[in-house]
Amino acid sequence: MPATIASFKIDFYQFLAADGRLISDDVPPLATDWEELQSLYRLMVTTRIFDKKAVALQRTGKMGTYASSLGHEAAHIAMGSAMRPEDCYAPTYREHGAQLCRGVTMPEILRYWGGDEHGCDFSGPRHDFSWCIPIATQCLHAAGAALAFKLRGEQRVAVVQVGDGGSSKGDFLEAINAASAFQLPLVLVIINNQWAISVPRSKQNSATTLAQKGIAGGLPSIQVDGNDIIACRWAMETAIEKARTGGGATVIEMLTYRLTDHTTADDARRYRDEQEVKNAWQTEPVKRLRNYLQAEGVWNDKKELALLEQAGVEVAQAVEEYLSMPDPDVAGMFDYMFENTPAELEAQRTQALKECN
Amino acid sequence: MTSVAMVEAVSLAMAWEMASDDSVVVMGEDVGVNGGVFRATSGLEARFGDQRVIDTPLAEAMIAGLAVGMSAQGMKPVIEAQFMGFIYPMVEQIVCHASRMRHRTRGRLSCPMVLRAPFGGGIHAPELHSESTEAIFAHIPGLRVVIPSSPARAYGLLLAAIRDPDPVVFLEPKRIYRLNREEIEDNGEDLPLDVCFVLRDGTDVTLVSWGSMIKETLESADLLATRGISAEVIDVATISPLDMDTIIESVEKTGRCIIIHEAARMCGVGAEIAAGLADSAIYALHAPVKRVTGYDVIMPLQKMEMNYIPGVKRILTAVEEILEVS
Repeated sequence: MPATIASFKIDFYQFLAADGRLISDDVPPLATDWEELQSLYRLMVTTRIFDKKAVALQRTGKMGTYASSLGHEAAHIAMGSAMRPEDCYAPTYREHGAQLCRGVTMPEILRYWGGDEHGCDFSGPRHDFSWCIPIATQCLHAAGAALAFKLRGEQRVAVVQVGDGGSSKGDFLEAINAASAFQLPLVLVIINNQWAISVPRSKQNSATTLAQKGIAGGLPSIQVDGNDIIACRWAMETAIEKARTGGGATVIEMLTYRLTDHTTADDARRYRDEQEVKNAWQTEPVKRLRNYLQAEGVWNDKKELALLEQAGVEVAQAVEEYLSMPDPDVAGMFDYMFENTPAELEAQRTQALKECN
Repeated sequence: MTSVAMVEAVSLAMAWEMASDDSVVVMGEDVGVNGGVFRATSGLEARFGDQRVIDTPLAEAMIAGLAVGMSAQGMKPVIEAQFMGFIYPMVEQIVCHASRMRHRTRGRLSCPMVLRAPFGGGIHAPELHSESTEAIFAHIPGLRVVIPSSPARAYGLLLAAIRDPDPVVFLEPKRIYRLNREEIEDNGEDLPLDVCFVLRDGTDVTLVSWGSMIKETLESADLLATRGISAEVIDVATISPLDMDTIIESVEKTGRCIIIHEAARMCGVGAEIAAGLADSAIYALHAPVKRVTGYDVIMPLQKMEMNYIPGVKRILTAVEEILEVS
């Protein structure tokens, strides 16, 4: 008989059921922190309204390709709101809610997706990474940031997320290895929204969970209901605190669902069953939290209407600001290639100014 | 003054900068206790400890990706690709992030990192240990690509590369790692990036080269001198951004140019230099610009590699050809 020399389990956490009721009395303090929960709810709703407007801007030719965050609000707001300003966040391209929590502004987000790099020069924490397009490569940037914090003895944490598709990539697995080898203050979140463009979760691999990839690399790893803001925030707080106090990295798989197309350039009807999407709307995060808050008597229709109006005004103002931003100038294309621009580039700048009018 | 081989000069430059700048860390595979497979980091771990000289897990993309993250957060990592043949998993992080960080964030973040890699053939190494693919990096906007050709230039240019606020790919021609010793002053003085070095003045032909081929190029110039032919020798040193001005100035004087590199010819840096001459110095030319390069074949294994790497004979033949026509 072989001896068992290692075994593992993955714990799954959910506090708020799909219908908005608490599953048990064993809940974190956030479950009855009505001020904080309302604040999170406002952020989730505002993000959704912003997101809808951003899609509309693309559809009307006023913005470039955009990746909607519809359905991911609990996961994103939990990540962004659990961090401290001095921590470091490495987004991909969908986590608008997390970035808004961090202090990146709506016009800055629109500016980048509208095709102007100046959006990356955002007013959120100046050390946060900008949007990352090559899948999973950001995992190593966050690990590198965490290594810098650790080497300098700073009590700071890096937070990064990857999708279910991205969890198949080497950079994600190498970040797990780095975090494990160097005991890094890092939180690696897998936002498993079931679809990597047209490829379903089942085609990434046959593992029961994606969280267990963290176990393989030596990191404590859990799975949470990614549409349950209480579970997502609790997991983030716990992992961030652990990382900040020298306990190393954690992998958190958040189970959610991408309720719309991958990006505005995609048409999910080509590959996805409409019924599956309808079913997913029954477990989505915003309505779930609202149901909970309403049942507890801390939220009502009047507050909802006021929120919708306030968020609508905020988004409209942001759009107005975005649309009134100046186009980038040709000379600026040559700025910031290097701290000191080489002579040949200066010559090309002069040439471009003649050629591009 | 101290007499050092190129690989020792590399080591001295890192030691100097680590001692004077706490944000400099060295990372890579086997760079710690082992001192690197070529001993380029020899003694650094003992002197600076394992928090400054960091042995990483065996994952090249990880090393480059960590360096991107660290450098964006205020550190100056000097990372090593053990051989250039293993640099390719790093390329995504270098091309998609390090080279773009300053530009895309409009100066908010930057990547002051150095990627060191031994490269080139001639040491009887196994497959994929001998290629010269510097042009891949030279093609990428936002990167500096620097190649030393002597112990003194390795010392001064690596210091400059580490101090540079932007990412530098620093390629070390391993065939000449221990070829010659040279007296250098270990005083922390760097050499300028982005400029060519004129190693020898001449009037009849300009020989342009870099890295290990500087050896054969200088030998060729010596032999040409015995025949009364005066060759100017230019070490490009920083192949990107390219200092065409120095090369053009020389060719305006000599009227002839031969570019010598170990890398394959197709889209090699020699092509860029030839194009630059066609653009700016064509009326000064008495003869066609010639390239003496590696062939466009897979870099052969050790029994054939010295037939691939251009030798003095091929350089002299090219010089004879262009002197015949002009």
